[in-house]
Amino acid sequence: MLGKGLLQGLAVTAKNLVGSYHDPARYVTQEYPEVQPKLPEAYRNFPFLVSETADDPMGTLRCVACQICEKECPPQCIYIEKSKDKKPDATGKAQIYPAVFAIDTAVCMSCQICVEVCPFDAIKMDQEFAIAATDRFGGLLLNREQLAKPNAYYHQIHPTEAAEVDERLAAERRAAEEKARLAAAAKAAAPKPAVPAAAAAAAPGAARPAPAGSTAPAASAPVDSVPPPAPRPPSP
Amino acid sequence: MMLPDPAATGLARVRKIEGAALGLRTPAFAPEEGAGDLLEVSLGPHHPSTHGVFRMDVVLDGERIVRLKPVFGYLHRNHEKLGEGTSYLGSMPYTDRLDYLNSMTNNWAYALAVEKLAGIPVTERAEYVRVILAELSRLLNHTCLAGFLMQDCGCSGTPLMYAFREREKILDLFESLSGSRMMCNFQRFGGCRVDPSAEWLAATRTLVDGYGAFLDEFEALLSGNEIVMARTQGVGRLPAALAVNAGVTGPMLRASGVGHDLRKVDGYGVYPRFNFRVPIGRDGDVYDRYMVRMLEMRESISILDQALRGLPGGPILDPKAKQRGLRPKAGEAYGRIEGPKGEIGFFLGSDGTGNPTRYRVRAPSFVNLTILEDLCLGHSVADTVIILGSIDIVLGEVDR
Repeated sequence: MLGKGLLQGLAVTAKNLVGSYHDPARYVTQEYPEVQPKLPEAYRNFPFLVSETADDPMGTLRCVACQICEKECPPQCIYIEKSKDKKPDATGKAQIYPAVFAIDTAVCMSCQICVEVCPFDAIKMDQEFAIAATDRFGGLLLNREQLAKPNAYYHQIHPTEAAEVDERLAAERRAAEEKARLAAAAKAAAPKPAVPAAAAAAAPGAARPAPAGSTAPAASAPVDSVPPPAPRPPSP
Repeated sequence: MMLPDPAATGLARVRKIEGAALGLRTPAFAPEEGAGDLLEVSLGPHHPSTHGVFRMDVVLDGERIVRLKPVFGYLHRNHEKLGEGTSYLGSMPYTDRLDYLNSMTNNWAYALAVEKLAGIPVTERAEYVRVILAELSRLLNHTCLAGFLMQDCGCSGTPLMYAFREREKILDLFESLSGSRMMCNFQRFGGCRVDPSAEWLAATRTLVDGYGAFLDEFEALLSGNEIVMARTQGVGRLPAALAVNAGVTGPMLRASGVGHDLRKVDGYGVYPRFNFRVPIGRDGDVYDRYMVRMLEMRESISILDQALRGLPGGPILDPKAKQRGLRPKAGEAYGRIEGPKGEIGFFLGSDGTGNPTRYRVRAPSFVNLTILEDLCLGHSVADTVIILGSIDIVLGEVDR
């Protein structure tokens, strides 16, 4: 019968119209910005740099300016300049730090490849999406002061992932301490202590950042220069 | 061209309600000769019906199309050349931006090409997760397309809003898994980036179980609607021979009655383990293209159901599979899959360095678009809009 399909269709729209008042499957509109969206934990938007503490973000950046993310970034939006000097990081080990670390968010496409390739868990994805700037050049080019956010914030936005990272870093630190302790014991027990141990400590590769996928920086530290690690910020 | 035996692939014919049987007139085709002066009109690039920045240079005789020249390239962003200068891993997020509705299938096709090139095995669990995500993509794409097509027909809003409401549910799944609704960047060489949690799989199960009901409702709204039938039946007929010769793939080809589906032909991934049929059309008109997609979604639901039930445990990504600094041996590889729009393939050539020497995308939208003039000749301007809509193009992929 001609017209049957139209009537059937009208019944569907009527069902949806009525349903939109009581059925949550049909009433799906969120009144943004009055109602803020509930973001899934995996949500990602633009990277940030993780610092250990909130009160001294520049002194406790996990980044050691190894420049892997800069090389791997597909749209080349990261710019890093290595520091000339070394600063003690959160574990107290002297490390190179990024004198300049800038991300051009006008170029960044939030692909999170920098996060995947970082061997130091220093760069993570943020969840801030309501962002705007009045200046399209300087306003979108974020420097390290703007990028640094404390580990507590990381725990807040990606709790599961952050807990895993903390656990892994703690395990690596424990392994490094154990190694240092054993090395110290071996040094004490060795018949000729002074010269070979010092040479071994200054062996090539000792002060360089670890290659990708291997151990954390602390693991490759010179064995006789590891001070007791700084207490970690409490996890929320 | 070798076609699979219909009996072996389990083809399903489109059930079609004939508008003519209900007394609907089918549009007349032949333009009256020498009726008047010709008029050249530029449809697009900023025209709401062109699904992006696409221009059709049409020559009109009255309301009829006499000549049509597709003009594209407005969204060209050097994708293939960028791929030659980027590492293998670095190209992965760029593939999201080809057909931006289906980043999951784009990722898969690219990952498949690299896996072939470098000989990386894929874990069992990842193969299943890839199938789940690809079929969710197909649901998403076809739902959207039906909505867009109806919008092009002139049903302002309602079907499109229903389609987008459902699409959003799938995008929420993608977002909670990959971190991004559309730019998923999810597949990796040898597996997937994230292992789906039990909650995610439960949410997917809920969506898959409820999707059939939505399709029933959607079809009740559209498939038997007399206005839709009058507008789409007999419009933009694509003969099977022309479709095959032009290299048309995907639902577009199957609507013309050619049962060619890479999931059956290539049997890539773990598709041979699933039991599903390939719907084909009869007339190759706009209505058949719509209907084939509707039926494909039903099959996708069945595949999803089987994949979710059969999902094995184990690692999602082989920890030994190298992502960064991949240097495949010199050689060439072509990886193709049945994307929602057709055959999406990546051709990669390697000379042993960290970047491909050749990076080529076989984009289904682009190839399917080449027959636009053949479909549109003799039709009215309003029909051209729905013919273009039924081809299902995304300009990100056409222009690259």
